[in-house]
Amino acid sequence: MALEVGGKTVETDEEGYLENRDEWNMDIAKAIAEAENLDMTDNHWEVVNFLREYYDEYQIAPAVRVLTKAIGKKLGKDKGNSKYLYELFPYGPAKQACKIAGLPKPTGCV
Amino acid sequence: MSDVKKFLYVNRKAPYGTIYALESLEVVLIGAAFEQDVALAFLDDGVFQLTKGQDTGEVGMKNFSPTYKALGDYDVNKIYVEKESLDARGLTLDDLLPLTYEDEDDDWAEKDSIKVVSAAEMAEIMEQSDVILSF
Repeated sequence: MALEVGGKTVETDEEGYLENRDEWNMDIAKAIAEAENLDMTDNHWEVVNFLREYYDEYQIAPAVRVLTKAIGKKLGKDKGNSKYLYELFPYGPAKQACKIAGLPKPTGCV
Repeated sequence: MSDVKKFLYVNRKAPYGTIYALESLEVVLIGAAFEQDVALAFLDDGVFQLTKGQDTGEVGMKNFSPTYKALGDYDVNKIYVEKESLDARGLTLDDLLPLTYEDEDDDWAEKDSIKVVSAAEMAEIMEQSDVILSF
């Protein structure tokens, strides 16, 4: 599959995850989000940026349980809970936010 | 009644050259979601999996060693390394990645995950485990 962003073609796998995460930029993130009917707010970006930092440090996309805990530690308890994260990313905070962040599907997700 | 079993993942192979080390790590991370009692053992060349400063530029494999540092986030915090295997390879605890976790029951104090044990202690750990997975 491929995504058209600003006249450029970006390759994705059959589920819409970027083939090459180095190609990622904010416009691509917005295009992926749009395809998922998501309106990116500051709260969405906060989670997406957090995931990208996590990946840079650990070379994996965290499972949702780990993401929830880590977000809570970094951004506070009111954000580190699944209700908040599922409201932002209804198709699963780890899965959907990782896709928008240009990361592979989290390890352990089916 | 609790169904929690003690799982021990035994790692004996060098990190690169075969897929065992990476596969083991992925299985551990996936398995961690099932809230079992998980421990990892590193013996023989498996101790190289935890060494600091890995550089895979020349071998064309992804350097996945930073991922071991995420184990604490996954509540995997019992990591046993056999002393005899370290000694035979001229390695000490200082050559290994500083793996830590935050102890929920102790006000989130940061603690070391790695414990260097003798071959005899390792045998005991294996004896106490319900399920042993060898990689």
